[in-house]
Amino acid sequence: MTDLAPTPLGAAVFTDDTYVAPRGIWSAIKRFFLRQPVGTIGIVLVAIFGFAGITADWIAPYNPTSNDFTAMTEAPSWAHWLGTDQLGRDILSRILFGARTAFVVGLTSAIVGGFSGLILGVGSAYFGGRIDLFLQRILDIVMAFPLIIMALAVVSIFGTGVQNVIIAITIPLIPRCARVVRSSALAIREVPYIDAARALGYSHSRIILNHMVPNVVAPFLIMLTSFVGQAILAEASLSYLGLGVQEPVAAWGLMLQGGAEEYASTAPWIAIFPGLAIMLTVFGINLFGDSLRDELDPKMRER
Amino acid sequence: MHRYIVSRLLLVIPTLLGAATLVFILMRLIPGDICLVRLGSGGTGFSTQALAACHAEIGIDKPWLLQFWDFIWGLARGDFGISMWSGKPVIQEIATRFPVSLEVALLATTIAIVIAIPLGTISALKQNTWIDLVVRTFSIAGIATPAFWLGILSILLVLDVSQAITGHPWMPSIDYVPIWKDPIRNLSIVMLPAITVGYRYAAVSMRMTRSAMLEVLREDYIRTARAKGLLEKIVINRHALKNALLPVVTVIGIEFAFLIGGLVVTEQVFNLNGIGRLMVQAVQNQDYTLTQALVMLTVTLAVLSNLVVDLLYAWLDPRIRLK
Repeated sequence: MTDLAPTPLGAAVFTDDTYVAPRGIWSAIKRFFLRQPVGTIGIVLVAIFGFAGITADWIAPYNPTSNDFTAMTEAPSWAHWLGTDQLGRDILSRILFGARTAFVVGLTSAIVGGFSGLILGVGSAYFGGRIDLFLQRILDIVMAFPLIIMALAVVSIFGTGVQNVIIAITIPLIPRCARVVRSSALAIREVPYIDAARALGYSHSRIILNHMVPNVVAPFLIMLTSFVGQAILAEASLSYLGLGVQEPVAAWGLMLQGGAEEYASTAPWIAIFPGLAIMLTVFGINLFGDSLRDELDPKMRER
Repeated sequence: MHRYIVSRLLLVIPTLLGAATLVFILMRLIPGDICLVRLGSGGTGFSTQALAACHAEIGIDKPWLLQFWDFIWGLARGDFGISMWSGKPVIQEIATRFPVSLEVALLATTIAIVIAIPLGTISALKQNTWIDLVVRTFSIAGIATPAFWLGILSILLVLDVSQAITGHPWMPSIDYVPIWKDPIRNLSIVMLPAITVGYRYAAVSMRMTRSAMLEVLREDYIRTARAKGLLEKIVINRHALKNALLPVVTVIGIEFAFLIGGLVVTEQVFNLNGIGRLMVQAVQNQDYTLTQALVMLTVTLAVLSNLVVDLLYAWLDPRIRLK
């Protein structure tokens, strides 16, 4: 255990600003838990909602879409722990199923957007010159373009539904990832071992994937976690505007639409709990992301 | 420096042209026909001649290339045309909605600066103490909270509190009045949205201030300043904060440009008639001219704020402009 504790000797691992990864994934995880208690709280929060999303079919007390007109806008009770909405649907069950929607949208958008950005960013930095200039202009355009118009266009052209919501959320994430990755990759391009790889006649894709990408993994992973949270928030906002996931699918943003405002003063639980679920999930993701940054960035650790 | 400014300015043109092309194509890919909606809204039937006449009137019977040329030529002359939906000049449509958005954005920015810079600095100075932990939790929560949910809750709170105090639930009025005409009524409309947006905005800027400050505090010149016996207040305010604020200014500049057109959800919650909702209505009505003008407005704001930030950086840091 002593090798995991932050002893003064631990600093030796970080000489030259290089991060020597601990041996094996399990010891890395154990090390993270021991050194980042706040991040661990984050992981626990995310795990709770993630578990809820996966097992919603078994643990939800009611069907999330079935109405019970004898129990509309009921306050939290033993029968309905978090109360019911204006259509008599059990809010707890809808939150559990909503976790599934949130994670499916959040993870897919973040992963697809993040990896596309990673490839574009590293590629742009590696090739440089005109390709870089051209790609950067395209990314500029997408970044400056109003998200809501993009989302409205995607939804109007392809229709609403989870997969189109994912497209609408993913597109704006790509340039943001590409930007950050590119600036890290630009510094790496100048390093002699890239020249060496070129001199050895390695293919572009081999240099990009094997020699450059591993060096931008730290900022990339940090960004990826924050993307999951942002995508969940974006999904909630789009669904709230009626442009995202559609009824009767259970989605947190959708639960806040319509009824929540109308019944806010008489049945505040309709408005409070779904928002709380969004907040706690994204809060957990961000706590984890922050600790991950501290863990991966040697400069942050030495402080 | 001049060369740098010119080259940065030249890069703005392809971005604006690209955005114009993108919105032009996107709008025309959306299925539907504004004339069908316009003629159909009367409730009575209409002839194909009427439809053709409507198409001709607003100019969507022309080939796309010609329409695109009209759009770009109009932009070049600063003429945004006439709203296809209302028939009023686009400039006028935007001008009536712009003040609300601008006021909320300005107020939210003020709130963000007032909260973020002091708290971010304290958090960095007291790193890893309970103060730091509280500030960081407060800021991570700000990023995690959906603004519209906070909006709903704050309306609920105001309703309940006013009900408890006066016996009547109080709601801000819906019609926007400029601040110089009726400051109290104006503030009662924009204050809550500005606070809910300002909280998230403050959270983002606070994190930026903290990490920039931590970075700067490790610099040798801070040690030198302390070693030569300067008051801690002077070291922090003049030496550290001044340099740490650069990235914070970037975040604030870029966020501000986003706030003008990006507050769709907040405007929806608080029933504000700002630019964001106008954009949604314009797309839903298939109002090509209005949507195009609004997109160009927000894109220009975003590009300009980026440009200003870059130039500011170059001006403050010679290493950038001499590259």
